[in-house]
Amino acid sequence: MRELRRKIVAGRDLNKPFITLCSGTACHATGSDAVAAAIQEELEKQGLTEQVGVRRTGCHGFCERGPILVIYPEEICYLGVTPEDVPEIVSETIKGKRIIERLLYAEPSTGERSVHEQDIPFYKHQTRLVFKGNLWIDPTKIEDYLALGGYKALAKVLEEKTPEEVLEEVKRANLRGRGGGGFPAGRKWETTRNAAGEPKYVIVNCDEGDPGAYMDRSIMEGNPHRVLEGLTIGAYAIGSHQGFVYVRQEYPIAIANLGVAIEQAKEYGFLGENILGSGFNFDVKVHRGAGAFVSGESSALMNAIEGKVGEPRPKYIHTSESGVWDKPSNLNNVETWANVPLIIAKGADWFNSIGTEGSKGTKIFSLVGTVNNTGLVEVPMGTTLREIIYKIGGGIRGGKRFKSVQTGGPSGGIIPEQFLDTPVDFDELTRLGSMMGSGGMIVIDEETCIVDLARYFVDFLCDESCGKCVPCREGLRRMREILEGVVAGRGKEGDIEMLEEIGEVMKKASLCALGTTAANPVLSTLRYFRDEYEAHIAEKRCPALFCKDLISYYIEPEKCVACLLCLKNCPEGAISGGKKKVHVIDQSKCVKCGICFDVCPPKVRAVKKISGVPVPPPVPEAEREIERRKVRSGGERRR
Amino acid sequence: MGKTNLKTELETGLERVEEIIEGYKERGEEGFLIQLLLDIQSEFNWIPREAIARISERLRVPKSKIYRVASFYEAMSLTPAGRHTVQVCLGTACQVRGAPKILDRLEERLRIKEGETTLDRRFSLRRVNCLGCCAMGPVVVVDGNYHGKITPAMVAGILEKYA
Ligand SMILES: Cc1cc2nc3c(=O)[nH]c(=O)nc-3n(C[C@H](O)[C@H](O)[C@H](O)COP(=O)(O)O)c2cc1C
Repeated sequence: MRELRRKIVAGRDLNKPFITLCSGTACHATGSDAVAAAIQEELEKQGLTEQVGVRRTGCHGFCERGPILVIYPEEICYLGVTPEDVPEIVSETIKGKRIIERLLYAEPSTGERSVHEQDIPFYKHQTRLVFKGNLWIDPTKIEDYLALGGYKALAKVLEEKTPEEVLEEVKRANLRGRGGGGFPAGRKWETTRNAAGEPKYVIVNCDEGDPGAYMDRSIMEGNPHRVLEGLTIGAYAIGSHQGFVYVRQEYPIAIANLGVAIEQAKEYGFLGENILGSGFNFDVKVHRGAGAFVSGESSALMNAIEGKVGEPRPKYIHTSESGVWDKPSNLNNVETWANVPLIIAKGADWFNSIGTEGSKGTKIFSLVGTVNNTGLVEVPMGTTLREIIYKIGGGIRGGKRFKSVQTGGPSGGIIPEQFLDTPVDFDELTRLGSMMGSGGMIVIDEETCIVDLARYFVDFLCDESCGKCVPCREGLRRMREILEGVVAGRGKEGDIEMLEEIGEVMKKASLCALGTTAANPVLSTLRYFRDEYEAHIAEKRCPALFCKDLISYYIEPEKCVACLLCLKNCPEGAISGGKKKVHVIDQSKCVKCGICFDVCPPKVRAVKKISGVPVPPPVPEAEREIERRKVRSGGERRR
Repeated sequence: MGKTNLKTELETGLERVEEIIEGYKERGEEGFLIQLLLDIQSEFNWIPREAIARISERLRVPKSKIYRVASFYEAMSLTPAGRHTVQVCLGTACQVRGAPKILDRLEERLRIKEGETTLDRRFSLRRVNCLGCCAMGPVVVVDGNYHGKITPAMVAGILEKYA
């Protein structure tokens, strides 16, 4: 094993230039394939294919600025690379060793440029442990993982430790599940280990149903061996010889890379019979999930593995004792498993030195929404929301005001501004009426309506509820009905109290955690933004100017410069006007698509959203002529 | 398309279904119904009635059970899709970046609701719960091509690209 690694490392010339290109799903979407093809072509053209290595890695996490290209050994990091940039990169940077300023990161406030990935504020304030390999590894090459010390932890376990010792180490590390509940992994492992019944199963949950979260996918795509290594170590501790990885089929790259990884691990003897000559056997199968949020719940997931409809089972039967085919089955989240090799390699004491009293280690968040730097962020537990959103995330987009941050996905809640200095860990977030969940962190600015957001989550859950138990099925439906009424201006007195009452019942009486947590988005928004609900109900006003039925678009006659832009773009022909003639929106034709608002030049800003007050009557025909105001094209006239 | 043509299409289709079923039976794995249906979905872009009948016959599983699985999952469709599939991401990140307006615009433009197919079978419109490229939000994917940072005004132009 050591010999193998030495050979792999020795076989690599560290001074040889090579290029890594981020090829996770997000960069895939922004054109990383085309960039890769351009690199290949250019290297061939310049006769450099022998001298320069190219490696397509998994997600680097800074998705806002992808595709990300890093040139080694200097570690020069270029962002937002397009195929057109490639010839210049090859001749200037690779051959000429000169930096192309324009492709470097520039700090928005100062314009200061950063050459290396780790100097960019987005990365600088992170602690990347689990996610580290993603920057460097080609996920389809096990050698890359081995060169970084991969499978060392597994070898150590099989050579030096008994299953009991491994279990003890993980228990001592206080590793808590990263998939939602934060349940101590070691304790769960122990239950399955001690449960009666053979065979025992170990399972990876990569269903990642939380809309707005994609860290599990990025680990699975970018570093599948790390998950497999963790799983195999767990299997050894628990006494399992069969593992399953449940991946949603919407993640084709993850499924493909995982498949390759399993094959390679078998070839190298890290999976299969008699692993590394230890006599321990372990095999892994991949199961594709078919897209149902509730199937990510542990007992539902096990039903799905059996080929049944992915509905939860009653909770008094613990899956750790009776799971897949009624055998003891231990399920953990992708990120939980990915932490295991680290704990074994560096020890429980090291792991305990990171994080807070109750939550150890790091957590990866998917920082999205109306934040400047969308991406994946790994920080020690206990980092404050402010640090994450402002230092790493770069604050709110478009100079808007921060309103709140939503964590925990559809089971979580909303956290307003006054708690921005809260250290993020399992217990603190729960205390605020939200939860850690799987790590989704959605930043919301002043233009998002809180009531509509609650409606959005309830609507999502209503569709995703399996319908087996009444409190969840009917409770969600009633909540949706009420919330749809409120955002449409049909809210009435008593609605808020009714929402609270339904929420409390669902919390107590639902079958699985989907139902018991489903009211969280409603209850937590009521807790912090009750006034917004009240404005919708009592004044028929949407304070965020978002809810379609409660707002109107209106053109301020004094500001309109008659540039014709909104008129031409209105898909419904609802705007009248002409050259030198103030434009007016016919409210009866307007479908409130907001295009007029978007296209009105920023310097003019004549189109306004109004809510809670009647639309002023249109200007009389006689006064619509714009005479003495000078109209220049594009409407650059007056404020 | 003539009648005979349709018939041979159905037959070759069913042969493919047969192959997929055999593939799983050979491996002798338990609990593969979901995996099998997913393969059929990706082969035909929907799950035809004839395929369900055939699976039921060959696996000795009641049709009702197959329908139950196929209707439960988001990824399986029991109606045929249009030539182009338009997916609108309504994950939370896209939601707070204005995706609802994009969906409205698409529905108005195509004169269908999400989940439906236009009468001329040109477009099917589907909403999805997060494609995980939140930095590009709001996102619309047409036939696997990603269109990011969409505004309502861009919708018409995107649709025009797909005849
Ligand atoms: C409705 C529902 C959906 C869930 N979805 C996921 C998911 O997508 N991924 C995940 O890891 N856990 C999910 N969970 C949590 C799992 O039930 C389970 O607690 C977790 O996978 C255990 O792993 P952990 O202890 O490592 O966190 C979900 C739970 C519920 C109630």
